[in-house]
Amino acid sequence: MHIVIYIINLSLRSKRPGQNVIIMTEEKKTSICETTKNTITGTQTCECADNCCENTSIQTTTSRIIFADRFDHLLARLGWHRSEHRVEPGLYRLGDPDAESPVFASANYTLSFDALRSSLAGIDAWILVLDTKGINVWCAAGKGTFGTDELVHRIESTGLAGIISHRKIIVPQLGAPGVSWPEVVQRTKFIVEYGPVRANDLPEYLKTHTATPEMRCVKFSFRDRLVLTPVEFMHFVLPTVAVAAVLWFLAGPIAALAAVSAVLSGTVLFPLLLPVIPTRDFSTKGMILGVLVSLPFAYVFVTTPGLPMWAGALSAAAALLLIPAVTAYLALNFTGCTTFTSRMGVKKEIFSYIKVMAGMAAVGVIAGIILGVSRIMGVI
Amino acid sequence: MFNSYTETSLSFDPALCINCKRCTQVCPHAVFTAGPTCVTLDRPSACMECGACALNCPVQAIAVQSGVGCAWGMINAALRGKDMDTESCCGDDGSCCGSSAPKQKAAVCDCGKKER
Repeated sequence: MHIVIYIINLSLRSKRPGQNVIIMTEEKKTSICETTKNTITGTQTCECADNCCENTSIQTTTSRIIFADRFDHLLARLGWHRSEHRVEPGLYRLGDPDAESPVFASANYTLSFDALRSSLAGIDAWILVLDTKGINVWCAAGKGTFGTDELVHRIESTGLAGIISHRKIIVPQLGAPGVSWPEVVQRTKFIVEYGPVRANDLPEYLKTHTATPEMRCVKFSFRDRLVLTPVEFMHFVLPTVAVAAVLWFLAGPIAALAAVSAVLSGTVLFPLLLPVIPTRDFSTKGMILGVLVSLPFAYVFVTTPGLPMWAGALSAAAALLLIPAVTAYLALNFTGCTTFTSRMGVKKEIFSYIKVMAGMAAVGVIAGIILGVSRIMGVI
Repeated sequence: MFNSYTETSLSFDPALCINCKRCTQVCPHAVFTAGPTCVTLDRPSACMECGACALNCPVQAIAVQSGVGCAWGMINAALRGKDMDTESCCGDDGSCCGSSAPKQKAAVCDCGKKER
């Protein structure tokens, strides 16, 4: 299965736009190379003369999203080889740009690059793709790979100053945590203009080069949360299957279903219901959701015919302790997927709730072990 | 109650502000509001400490202990005995932002020379 998907992916990738490399003339390349060698002052550039020119060729791309792109997006959303959904860093020509055309910076993650180019349909532009190691703009900015040094390096190594006349580059607003515009101006004489949060606002933005307050604010809509759920679930699919299989044999199908339900509620239901679950902390939200999910299982265990009362009560207690603990932990982990949790707040959450979750899980596991041993010994 | 996000490390010195409004352009939560002579810090509790405002303030009127609010990354850092405050979330395979392993490779150029 892995091999089949890999082969399909490879064959589709070979058809991706942006692969038609237009090599610059040797004269131009040499000129840029000499200039770059003399002016590079960043910390990420090699001294090797050949490599300093590896990205001076301009590639072409289009604003059209084809089936291969959509398939790649699907795999990225499923978490398939997370860091391999990349486009080659460097300068891209979109449409028929000239020296006056706008320049947009992007990450070399296919979802970021494709969102940008598809939003620029009918617009002639240059796209400067930074090497963010296949990570999206927002995460790469937080990590620093979508940052000042890389932007300066790409501006210089592509010879952008010799291609355009206006020395202005439009950077996505969510790249700002990694980019210092005063430093970029100082090092390259390029002006950084922060575009809107969402690429699809760019056509409207370009009319005045002014973003409305609406364009400047990040949203986390139902759709935004929905597309994150597959990769969230895929992170935990193997341990979930393993635990469910063990529970099936030790405690029956209801217990196995409870394990799957706990993970599904933390990775799928929680993101979808995020705004409507009470409280602000993710851990308590997860705990509330977990309790709601565990109640039907607790009821089924208590009312199971033929099961001694103590065993039914212990099973119900295990469900009421384990499911909320798992859901709350998964909910806490979802903080990294959002754009509104601060480092200080998350740290406070961790110190407030992790011990509670661990305690609940430990007591729940002990209850489960007692039940499992009792079943094996024929007591229940 | 049940709100860990009431405090922020964000601080702003209006006396230093030159009203360039860059902070209002980079903040995704409208924490700063444009004013006639300088911006105002109107919604500090909405700050997620991404650091964009401080990094783009040309006169250092804004300070914030920036970092990534990712429990996955912080818990993993703590489990590995590393600093929760400085480790970013995009570190391991399977983390929310994918792997950064290729970065290690990129530290050395194809020609064998180390990056400057």
